[in-house]
Amino acid sequence: MNVQDKDRARDRSGAWENAGRTVGKPMPLVDGVEKVSGRARYTADLAEDALTGRILRSPVSHGRIVRIDTSAAEALKGVVAVVTGADCAMTYGVIPIAMNEYPMARDKVRYRGEPIAAVAALDAETAARALDLIEVEIEELPAYYIAADSRAPDAVLLHDNKAGNIEREVHHTFGDVAEGFREADLVAEDSFDCAEINHAMMEPHAALAEYDPEWERLTLHSVTQVPFYVHLMLARCLEMDSSRVRVVKPYVGGGFGARTETLNFEIIAALLARKVGGKVMMKLSREESFLTHRGRPNTQVKLKIGMTRDGRITATECEAVMSGGAYAGYGIVTILYAGALLHGLYDIPNIKYDGYRVYTNSPPCGAMRGHGTVDVRHAFESLLDRMARQLGLDPFAVRRANLLEAPLFTANGLMVNSYGLPECLDKVEKASGWAERKGKLPKGRGLGMACSHYVSGAAKPVHWTGEPHAVVAMKLDFDGSVTVLTGASDIGQGSTTIVALAAAEVLGIEMGRIRVVTNDSVITPKDNGSYSSRVTFMVGNAAIEAAKAMRAKLVAAAAKKLEVAPEEIECEGETFFVAGSSQSVLPFHDVAIAALAEEGTINVKGTFSTPIEAQGGKHRGGAVGSTMGFSYGAQVVEVSVDEDTGQIAVEKVWVALDCGYAINPLAVEGQIEGSVWMGMGQGLSEETHYIKGLPAHGNLTDYRFPTIAESPPIDVQIVESIDPLGPFGAKEAGEGALSGFPPALVNAVADAVGVDMNALPLTPDRLIEALTKLRRANKNRRAETREAV
Amino acid sequence: MKRVVSLTVNGREVEDIIPDNLLLIDYLRERRGLTGTKQGCDGGECGACTVLVNGRPRLSCVTLAASCAGAEVETVEAQAHGGRLSALQRAFHENLGAQCGFCTPGMIMTAEALLRDEPDPDEDRIREALGGNLCRCTGYVKIIRSVRAAAEELKA
Ligand code: FES
Ligand code: FES
Repeated sequence: MNVQDKDRARDRSGAWENAGRTVGKPMPLVDGVEKVSGRARYTADLAEDALTGRILRSPVSHGRIVRIDTSAAEALKGVVAVVTGADCAMTYGVIPIAMNEYPMARDKVRYRGEPIAAVAALDAETAARALDLIEVEIEELPAYYIAADSRAPDAVLLHDNKAGNIEREVHHTFGDVAEGFREADLVAEDSFDCAEINHAMMEPHAALAEYDPEWERLTLHSVTQVPFYVHLMLARCLEMDSSRVRVVKPYVGGGFGARTETLNFEIIAALLARKVGGKVMMKLSREESFLTHRGRPNTQVKLKIGMTRDGRITATECEAVMSGGAYAGYGIVTILYAGALLHGLYDIPNIKYDGYRVYTNSPPCGAMRGHGTVDVRHAFESLLDRMARQLGLDPFAVRRANLLEAPLFTANGLMVNSYGLPECLDKVEKASGWAERKGKLPKGRGLGMACSHYVSGAAKPVHWTGEPHAVVAMKLDFDGSVTVLTGASDIGQGSTTIVALAAAEVLGIEMGRIRVVTNDSVITPKDNGSYSSRVTFMVGNAAIEAAKAMRAKLVAAAAKKLEVAPEEIECEGETFFVAGSSQSVLPFHDVAIAALAEEGTINVKGTFSTPIEAQGGKHRGGAVGSTMGFSYGAQVVEVSVDEDTGQIAVEKVWVALDCGYAINPLAVEGQIEGSVWMGMGQGLSEETHYIKGLPAHGNLTDYRFPTIAESPPIDVQIVESIDPLGPFGAKEAGEGALSGFPPALVNAVADAVGVDMNALPLTPDRLIEALTKLRRANKNRRAETREAV
Repeated sequence: MKRVVSLTVNGREVEDIIPDNLLLIDYLRERRGLTGTKQGCDGGECGACTVLVNGRPRLSCVTLAASCAGAEVETVEAQAHGGRLSALQRAFHENLGAQCGFCTPGMIMTAEALLRDEPDPDEDRIREALGGNLCRCTGYVKIIRSVRAAAEELKA
C-alpha cells in the first residue's frame, strides 16, 4: 500500500475505528496482479484450436419466418456445422414463469438482430461467407419501438399469450393515498422520460463451448455473471442431464447486469459445439454485444407527490411504463422493483404504484446496475427538489423531514435494520460547502443534490428452490494452506478479495496462506451469481461461517495438544495458546497438522440463508425489493453550463454512501466512484438510438459514455452504520449511489440556468431547446407586463 | 499476399510470415500468444488494444502487423521484469486503477508512453494523454491516481 492510500484511510476515521485485523483497511485485489500484468485470461483469450462460431441475425424487426435454407452454407468448404432454430425447441429465460425466448428464432423474429442461425467454421472468413449463403425468407409484420405504439388497440401481438403486448401490469397501493393528498399543502405532478441505456462493459461478449461426444459432456467458458443460471439453461436447452454440463467463468471484463441472465450466444455456442463434437469459440463484435442488449429500458414516469408546508411527504402516486424489448428477460422483476423501491428510502405513509412492462420490437432489456429503481428515483428526487423550491425549503431540509427510523418494516414489507442516510446527508452537505455556496454561485454554475438506496441482494432469489442463498467451502491441508471455494462471480467488483478477507479475518491468518478458487461448477459450490449486489452480504456471511467452523476445529486440536478445554484456547494472529499463559504457543501449521491427525484433510462449509421476515410483503410480487439490508447514499453535484452550446460540465461530485461496513474500503471507494460515474453517463450522454429497429448506437463512439477528459473528481465518504445482520456489519456498495446522480445533475442544472429538465440524458440539444423555450417564455412575460403597464 | 517480416516483440527479434491484411492485435494474440492485449471494440474506439510501436502508443486493432516491419513492439506482458511489476503496474494494482482489468493493459501502455516522455505529468496532462482509453468500471478517478502514484515512485 502506498502512502497516499494510508493517508486517505486515516481520514476516514470511521473505518479505522472499526478496522479488524484484516478487514476494514484498504486492500488491493487478490487477483489484481494478474490483471495489471496481462496474465489474467478472459474468455476471448482461450481460443486455441477452437472453431469460429458466427451468428446470422434477423434483418427485420418483426416477422414470420417462412423459410431458412442452409444447404449452400453447409456445402461451403471449411464450414463444419450450421444450426438454426430447428436445432433447439426449448425456450430459456431467467424467470421460471417467463421463459419465452429461443436461442435462435423458430417461428417468428421479434427484433432486428435476433439470432436466426449460426455456423462453426475453420476460420472467421469462412464463417462470414457461410452466413451470406444462408437464405432466409421472412414475412414482415408491423413493428413497434415504443410502448405507446405496442399498446395501441389494433397492434399486432408480439407474443400470442400477452394481450395488449403487456408483459406485466403491477398495481400496488399501500396506505390511503387520497387521504394523504388531502393532508398535503402542495401537490405537484410531472412526467419524466428516461432513455434506454446499455451497460457497455469493456469486454465484448464471448463464449467458448467444448463438447466431448465420448462422454457426452459439455464445458462452457463464458463472460457470465451467473454461471449457475447459465448451467441450468444449457441443460434445459440442450436437453442434457445437468451433471454432464460444466460451466466455468474466467476473468470477466465487467458486467453491470448485462450478463445476469443466460444469453443467446452462450446456448448457440454450446449447440454448435455439440454438433461438431468439438470446440467452438463465439466472439461477439461490439455491435453484436449491443444487439444482445439487456440494458435499462426506456421508462416513462408520471409522478405525483403531496407535501406539507414543512416538507413532510404525505403521499406519492407513480406510474411507470417501460418499453421492454422483445422478450421477457428480467422484465417482471424490473417493473416490480420500480414500484417497490419507492419505499425504503424515506418515510412515506401512502404510496400508489402502477407499472406497465410492455413488449417492443427491439433487443430485450434486462437488469442494469441499480436495476429497476434508477428512473423512478430520478423522477422522485427531481420533483422533490422542485417542490422544495416552491415551498422555499432547502433540498437537504426536505430530505431530513422524511427520514426513516431503523429498525422498521416499510409499508410494503421491506426490512430496514440499518439506516445511515442522516449521516450521509451531513457529510456531503459539509464537504460540498452547500450552506455557504448554494445559490451564491455565478450564473451558469450550480449545485444539486439527491439521495438514493439499493438492495444488498434479493432476499428471495428469482429461481427459488429453498436451498441456502450462498455456500462457501473451505479446505485446510497438510501444507497449512487454506483454500476457499466459492461460486461468487468476480466481475471486477472485488468479490474474490472480500471472500479472502473474511476468511483471513476470522481465522486470524495471513492473506498469503489463503487461495480462493472460484467459478468452476465441477469444483466450487453453487452460487446464484453476481447481481443485485448480493455477494458481499450473502457470500461474505457464508465465508465467515465456514471460517468459524474451521477455526473451531483448529481450536479443538490446539486444546487437545495443550491438554486444556477448547474454551481456554486463545489465538493471536497465527498462534494458539492457553489463555493467560505464554508458556506453550503453537504456530498455525502445527495446529493444522494436529487437526489433520484427527480426521485428515479438513473440509468445512458455511452457508447463508435469509430469514422469512426479510423476504418481503405477502402481496403478489412482494418478494421483489426485499433484501437483508439497504445501502443509503446522498450526493451533491456541481455543474457549469455553457448556455450557448448547451454543454454541461460536471465540475465535482461529493458522495457519501452507507455501506454498513467497509470490509475493503479501497474497493468500496472504487465501487462508489464507478457507480456515480455510471449515473453521470446516464445523466449526460448515454442513450440508445434505433432507426427502424436497427441500432445506430452499436459502437463506442455513437454510444457515448464519458471519457477520462470529461470525468470529474469524485469525493467519496464512507458511512458505516454497521448492519446487525451484515458480514462484519457490511451491506452493498456498488449500486446504491448510481441513481442519485441523474437527479442531482438535473437539480444542479436547474440551479445553474433555471430550467427543469424532464428527459434524460441532458444532451446539449435537449438543453438548448429548454433554454430557448425559457427565453421565449421570459420574453412573452416581459411583453405582457409591458402591455399591462 | 504474405511476406516475411522481421520485427521485435517484447525485446525478442522475430521473423514471421505475415499476411498483408493481418492486424497487429491478431498477430500478437493469435500468433504470438500475447493475449494481454485486449480487443474492446470493432476498431479504433476504445484504446483497450494499445501497444507501443517504437515507444509510441498505437491501436493494434487498426494497425497492420506487416507495417511493423523493423519496428519494436511492446505489450503489457513485457512491462514486468523478473516477475516484478513495473511502477505503473504496481500503482494500478495498489490504487485499484484496475477493477475488471479489461481496459488496464491499454491504459498502462498509454500511460507508459506518457511517463517515458513526461515523467511528472499533472492531472490535466494525464486526462489528455488517456483521452482515447475508455474504462467502464472506475470512473477514472483511481486511474488518474495510479498514474500519479507511478510518477511519484519513479521520481523517488
Ligand atoms: S480494440 Fe478498441 S481501439 Fe482497438
Ligand atoms: S477496469 Fe474495467 S473497464 Fe477499466
